[in-house]
Amino acid sequence: MEVSMTVNGSPRTDSVEPRLLLVHYLREVAGLTGTNIGCDTSSCGACTVLVDGESVKSCTMLALQADGAEITTIEGLADGDELHPMQEAFREHHGLQCGYCTPGMVMAAVSLLKEIPDPTEAQVREGLEGNLCRCTGYHNIVQAILAAAKAPARAAS
Amino acid sequence: MTAVEAAPRAGGVLGTRLRRREDPALLTGEARFVADLQVPGTLHAAFARSSVAHARIAAVDLSVARSMPGVVAAYSGADLSDEWSPLPCAWPVTADMKSPVHLPLAVGKVNYVGDALAVVVATSEYAARDAADAVVVDYEPLPAVVDLEDALSDRVVIHEDLGTNSSYTWELNPDQGAVDSAFAAAAHVVSARYVQQRLIPAAMEPRGVLVVPQPFGGDYTIYSATQIPHILKVMLALTAGVEETRLRVVAPSVGGGFGSKLNVYAEEVAALVLARKLRAPVRWVEERSEGAQSTIQGRGQVQHIELAAAADGRVTAVRVRLIADMGAYLQLVTPGVPLLGAFLYSGVYDVPAYSFSCTAVFTNKTPTDAYRGAGRPEATYAIERAMDALAAEVGVEPVEIRRRNFIPPEAFPYSSVAGLVYDSGNFVGALDKAVGLAGYEQLRADQARRREAGDRVQLGIGVSSYFEMCGLAPSRVLASLNYSAGGWEAATVRVLPTGKVQVVTGTAPHGQGHETSWAMIAADRLGISPEDVDVLHSDTAIAPYGMDTYGSRSLAVGGTAVHLATERVLDKARSIAAHQLEVAEEDLDYAAGAFSVRGTPEKAMPLAGIAFEAFTAHNLPEGMEPNLEASTHWDPPNFTFPFGTHIAVVEVDTETGAVRLVRYIAVDDCGNQVNPLIVEGQIHGGIVQGAAQALWEDAAYDADGNLLSASLMDYLVPSAAEVPSFETGSTVTPSPTNPLGVKGVGEAGTIGSAPAVLNAVVDALSPFGVPDITMPATPERVWRAIREAQEARK
Repeated sequence: MEVSMTVNGSPRTDSVEPRLLLVHYLREVAGLTGTNIGCDTSSCGACTVLVDGESVKSCTMLALQADGAEITTIEGLADGDELHPMQEAFREHHGLQCGYCTPGMVMAAVSLLKEIPDPTEAQVREGLEGNLCRCTGYHNIVQAILAAAKAPARAAS
Repeated sequence: MTAVEAAPRAGGVLGTRLRRREDPALLTGEARFVADLQVPGTLHAAFARSSVAHARIAAVDLSVARSMPGVVAAYSGADLSDEWSPLPCAWPVTADMKSPVHLPLAVGKVNYVGDALAVVVATSEYAARDAADAVVVDYEPLPAVVDLEDALSDRVVIHEDLGTNSSYTWELNPDQGAVDSAFAAAAHVVSARYVQQRLIPAAMEPRGVLVVPQPFGGDYTIYSATQIPHILKVMLALTAGVEETRLRVVAPSVGGGFGSKLNVYAEEVAALVLARKLRAPVRWVEERSEGAQSTIQGRGQVQHIELAAAADGRVTAVRVRLIADMGAYLQLVTPGVPLLGAFLYSGVYDVPAYSFSCTAVFTNKTPTDAYRGAGRPEATYAIERAMDALAAEVGVEPVEIRRRNFIPPEAFPYSSVAGLVYDSGNFVGALDKAVGLAGYEQLRADQARRREAGDRVQLGIGVSSYFEMCGLAPSRVLASLNYSAGGWEAATVRVLPTGKVQVVTGTAPHGQGHETSWAMIAADRLGISPEDVDVLHSDTAIAPYGMDTYGSRSLAVGGTAVHLATERVLDKARSIAAHQLEVAEEDLDYAAGAFSVRGTPEKAMPLAGIAFEAFTAHNLPEGMEPNLEASTHWDPPNFTFPFGTHIAVVEVDTETGAVRLVRYIAVDDCGNQVNPLIVEGQIHGGIVQGAAQALWEDAAYDADGNLLSASLMDYLVPSAAEVPSFETGSTVTPSPTNPLGVKGVGEAGTIGSAPAVLNAVVDALSPFGVPDITMPATPERVWRAIREAQEARK
């Protein structure tokens, strides 16, 4: 079946199997392998992307359900060589180690600050509940997001 | 967060909080994990796995699977039995250890839920999985052996040819008479039984492998999500019968391991064999729920520990007896895991008499193997829980019982009763600092107030003083433990003609930031910017020698190798500079990347210039080889022994049994710190993994051998919402074992935290008379323990 969507600003149309998950579409069809797969129960959040600006675990929807949507993946966040402020904050605060959960964690964090521009630590922790990380113990991820919230302008954009 | 006190060293780079060079690729999605690699013509493998824990295989019917769309081939274990040898176990801990044949695909019998028994290869991942689901197996079920003590009884013997479920018994018993007389004379005896539940390592990246054959040359490139590309190459050559020179193993970006990728797995061997057979690239990527059963699990021990103590609480002997759960087969280092703890059950204490015995048993469960800490968290848990029990018995504070028993700082190097020489330590220093950071007296006052008031939510304070042995370690000592590999590490440092530096390392990072840290080590010694140093690793074609990354060994062994190779490069550079400047070598000073003549500083040669001279080789000292490069293979003289004190503060809701971790204070000493930013990150992650064992995670099996927590919906890996921010500090006691004075930090957090958290839970419940809670301390367990204690008091 045919599906059309805009991915990181580029419109595309593809023919896909009806059962194809959005995450597999992004990785295998669109060739955007930055979005990772960490589980099969929508528990880990590694595959988090923005669908029409909202964070969504891309394993929870079919590619067909994203027909007509605007998708932003981790590849769409930086501006050329300039990291997005959230990416910069993760680097500055050592909010990643192996980096596997990181694309999903960063996308979830961008979405979190869009909803709550100046969150408390508790709100950040609650907001990240759907994204698992096994390396960092979350301490530096939380620091990074709190710092990004204080940084001007683009953190939630 | 307190500042770290590591002093920057001579070159000004070591000890700084340099941001990681690994990060931009990982933050932008540019990094390539195995599942991201796309090779044209790749076939996808999927495995059919046993749905029962213990059964004879009457028949495997592949006919439906073979007929499905996109399927290229399907094989049972019997179909491929001539293609491979059994999977390797590299740690036969005793001469008479029993080890069952472990084929990549089971033949005749399955021994755990998840045991692979057939493989399907198809043109897409979806088609392969559909077809694997269509494999029909006719089982003749046998009774499952799940419980360790039941396994010991040999009521049902899993591997009939072995005649028993006991794999080995290993003992460390330097002086039985001393232990016996200490217990006979003891004023206090503590006797406890602790259960180390099984854990699922759950690295965020599932395992995966892609084998790309070049049929005309007979070569294979194996891309694997592994911690051990070098060891894997050797083992694949032996297991699949391919000449080692035909194999190149690459670990691309690897998304965490924690020991779970320190192995040689059935799927890796199968992918190589299938690529050879089908003459096409073959890929397999694990599903999370599949991995819960087919990737090794950690822990799995029943521990009996006894302490003998004098009237004042001084420990006079420790006696330990373990039963260790091997699971259905022995994986790469399964049998050795309990031995890594065997030397540590006397903890940080000056204990004069010690005996240890471990019996390892087979069960119808996923094999166990090394998981973050591997034997050392188990040992630390047992002694630190027992020390709290002793404190209660003697009637002193947990902090006080530790002070009375610590090995004093002046006793180092210290020869332990178990036969190790501890390199350096200041246990009381770490304890004092942690107590200060925690505001310990204030916490105890708050606790007393809540107890007095009969608050529903009680406060618990748990202390754990740990140490561990890492930097595995002198190869000769490993030989004495029957470990089949060495403990050395390789490094090459080369200064290229343009002055840029390449470091080649045999370590295989998967989150630890070696590229950043190794560049810092070389740059610091060379007096140049770390940005001018590139670090190459994890590809056996680029870094042919290595012992890979596990057991907190990489910095103490591999980082030291980088340092030593850099020294050799400098020695050669000095000879070239002396030759060209026509002075004696001892008249040269080296600073900021250049040699200069002492007293005539305008006569100088920068490193880049020397490298170019070495490259052209037009004017080198007589007999010197061209190029500015040096290699080393470093075998350390001893283990390193990091240590620290952790303090956990929990709130326990005595009505619901819910436990909340409210504060966590960690003071760790890993010797000199190359990059405190990375050190703290390792500690943070380690703390959560240990706390998770104490409170949440449990790879539980039912009586039939079914894993009850096979997905992340049931296996409770904590999220950010379950843990607090951490209060960390450090002390710095350099190791004399290596010239960097470093110790290792990858496992320390996990080793210290499980006992600290459990001690805190039990401490909160002490007014109720609850002596122990089995991990994980779930609300139900806590609630029941309180109720049972109350009933018992009526």
